[in-house]
Amino acid sequence: MTEQVLAPMNRRSLFRMIGMAAGSAAMYQAMTDLGYAGESGYSAPLKLEGDPKGASVLVLGAGLAGLTAALELRNAGYKVQVLEYQHKAGGRNISIRGGDTVNELGGFTQHCQFDPGFYVNPGPMRIPYHHIALLDYCKRLNVPLEPFSIINYNAMIHNSKAFGGKPKRYREVETDFRGYVSELLAKCTSQGKLDQAVTKEDAEVLLQALRAWGALNQNYEYKKSGQVSNHRGYDVDPGGGLSWQPTDSEPMAMAELLQSRLWTGLLTGHEYEYQMTMFQPVGGMDRISAGFVRALPPDMIKYNCKVTEIKQDANGVVVSYVDSQKGGAPQTATANWCVNTIPTTILSQVPMQIGAPLKNAINSLSYSAGFKAGVQMKRRWWEDDERIYGGITYTDQPVALISYPSTQFMQTQKGVVLGAYTFGPHAFELTSLSPEERMKVVVDCGAAIHPQYRTEFENGVSVGWHRMPFTLGCFAQWTEANREKNYNALCAIDGRMVLAGEHASHLGAWQEGAIVSALDAIKRLHQRAVAA
Amino acid sequence: MKSVFVGRVFGSALLLGLCLSSGAYAQGAGGGRFGFTEQGGEAIFKNVCQGCHMPDAKGAVGAGMYPALAKNPKLETAGYPVAVIVNGQKAMPAFGGMFSDQQVADVVNYTRTHFGNNYKDKVTPADVKAARP
Ligand SMILES: Cc1cc2nc3c(=O)[nH]c(=O)nc-3n(C[C@H](O)[C@H](O)[C@H](O)COP(=O)(O)OP(=O)(O)OC[C@H]3O[C@@H](n4cnc5c(N)ncnc54)[C@H](O)[C@@H]3O)c2cc1C
Ligand code: HEC
Repeated sequence: MTEQVLAPMNRRSLFRMIGMAAGSAAMYQAMTDLGYAGESGYSAPLKLEGDPKGASVLVLGAGLAGLTAALELRNAGYKVQVLEYQHKAGGRNISIRGGDTVNELGGFTQHCQFDPGFYVNPGPMRIPYHHIALLDYCKRLNVPLEPFSIINYNAMIHNSKAFGGKPKRYREVETDFRGYVSELLAKCTSQGKLDQAVTKEDAEVLLQALRAWGALNQNYEYKKSGQVSNHRGYDVDPGGGLSWQPTDSEPMAMAELLQSRLWTGLLTGHEYEYQMTMFQPVGGMDRISAGFVRALPPDMIKYNCKVTEIKQDANGVVVSYVDSQKGGAPQTATANWCVNTIPTTILSQVPMQIGAPLKNAINSLSYSAGFKAGVQMKRRWWEDDERIYGGITYTDQPVALISYPSTQFMQTQKGVVLGAYTFGPHAFELTSLSPEERMKVVVDCGAAIHPQYRTEFENGVSVGWHRMPFTLGCFAQWTEANREKNYNALCAIDGRMVLAGEHASHLGAWQEGAIVSALDAIKRLHQRAVAA
Repeated sequence: MKSVFVGRVFGSALLLGLCLSSGAYAQGAGGGRFGFTEQGGEAIFKNVCQGCHMPDAKGAVGAGMYPALAKNPKLETAGYPVAVIVNGQKAMPAFGGMFSDQQVADVVNYTRTHFGNNYKDKVTPADVKAARP
């Protein structure tokens, strides 16, 4: 940072002010101008030039990374074989529907009871508009997308310890926060306290902006008014004829609003990764892996193969695997090259002939906890009673949020909401419970915001990601220090093998990360292969 | 660079795409938290450890596995479980930042005297403190 405009401290406090006032969106814009933000590096479908001369590749794991690698390597002329532990492809790219069985480690089995047509995405559920590699594949593979509602002004923000435990509407929190910040900043501006930071002319523009943006009155105050209600909503909405008199709503008190920390519920939808427009595949997230599978020859993926050992020498790799359903003696598969997309939680337990740098990198990662629950309701009360159409309610309770379906508005009697999506300690704790105990927590937390949970709950299904047999966790937990130390080694080709997957990307915990990591890995592997 | 991300209540621990927002909210709202509030070895085991090591501490096997803590001779040296819990080991996350010294000592003492383990020597919070990086 140089000092052309502002001294560093001042610039930082300006960011802080912008950030406070605008949510992170405006701050993000400001930072983009300073070159802080980035993209996934993808621009167009991968073209692997050059003849692999009949070389073969073993792809380990049929998640999105493995499927991407398989599709592109096959197109480039390689002989490809995929070994997958499960009886189906997709990995973390899954949806749960009625009739599905969810098997968690420890023998916990759930049979999903959803009505036909309903599903929950227990893993990935939303796709940012700038995840262009993934969006490109959806287009190429004919996977229809629809909007995923990330912000809904009529959804709730809830803190069980603020406002008597009563939730507030997003629009109320957002307008009040914006209003008070504008009022305060206007005060500073007109008192000349920003003279160091802005010119006199700009100060005037700033005041105009704050008044319009914060819905302030002519004295630059944020107070109950028609203008304010036009942002935060009314006690009685405007109507027709003689029986409806619009009634303005009363803003929350500033101190109470600040202390409630409800404003933290405003942040998500403004961040780059969560800005509108977000997408979801029509009918469930697993439509993406289904699209890949459609595009591959039927025998390319060998299911129920649990990889147990990987050996390699100057000519190729030898992979041992056992039947993951029946067990029995290990079998082997060989190839010239290997793209290994098995999560590192599992890889750290698989004997492999690899160098110390890669081994250390694999062993340095553990996976974060994550917990999600889908809940079928007898009726769409969030729409009928609350006028909430899609979007997310945030809460300080263990379930962290409730996400309402982004589709089928008013079309079906029943509906499935995402009743929990939580990380950190709460996710460890919820994972530790039996499915029945978890669902009780989910309903209790939901009922604290929506009493309808008590009468309308029908059935539910939950996933604690550390109990998922095929990942042992949600996603790789990189710290900056560890990334510095081990990321390059994790991605580097080791002999005849290269790792790919969400963990081998800077877009951890995103499907885009799995895909671009695979594209990058096979590009490098291909260079070696054609040079060999 | 991070210091300007004031919107991110948590800073660096949450540069992990997803957990950012709900985590930030949970923390901000006061009810959520980074650490575990359970007290006593049994409560900690049942709310945290058994998510992976299972209620009977017998571990589990899928594409990978969670080792059994039941009848586990490696628990004989008390320093070993302490180190694994505090600093993590491969797929086992480091829990040092989420537990107090007392909590770690309690859960180690509990595990070493239950599930078919019978190691009588006790770990103290001071032992745990010494094991922290
Ligand atoms: C709760 C949650 C929420 C998420 N939310 C989003 C979101 O909203 N948007 C988004 O874009 N992304 C999201 N993600 C991230 C996304 O799901 C992942 O980044 C991506 O799916 C990872 O793909 P992958 O191919 O790297 O790994 P995986 O999908 O895990 O694939 C690995 C494959 O290897 C197989 N395997 C494992 N062990 C063996 C073995 N021993 N032998 C053979 N095969 C084996 C597995 O069965 C699996 O098929 C979320 C993830 C989770 C868990
Ligand atoms: C997120 C899943 C997870 C949780 C939660 C977890 N562990 Fe572990 N634990 C593992 C894994 C995976 C290993 C194996 C690590 C390895 O490969 O060396 C392990 C290993 C251990 C070991 C070493 C066992 C051996 O035989 O070497 C001990 C002791 C242990 N854990 C104790 C605990 C205790 C006590 C708790 C609760 C505070 C706990 N773990 C919580 C995943 C977990």
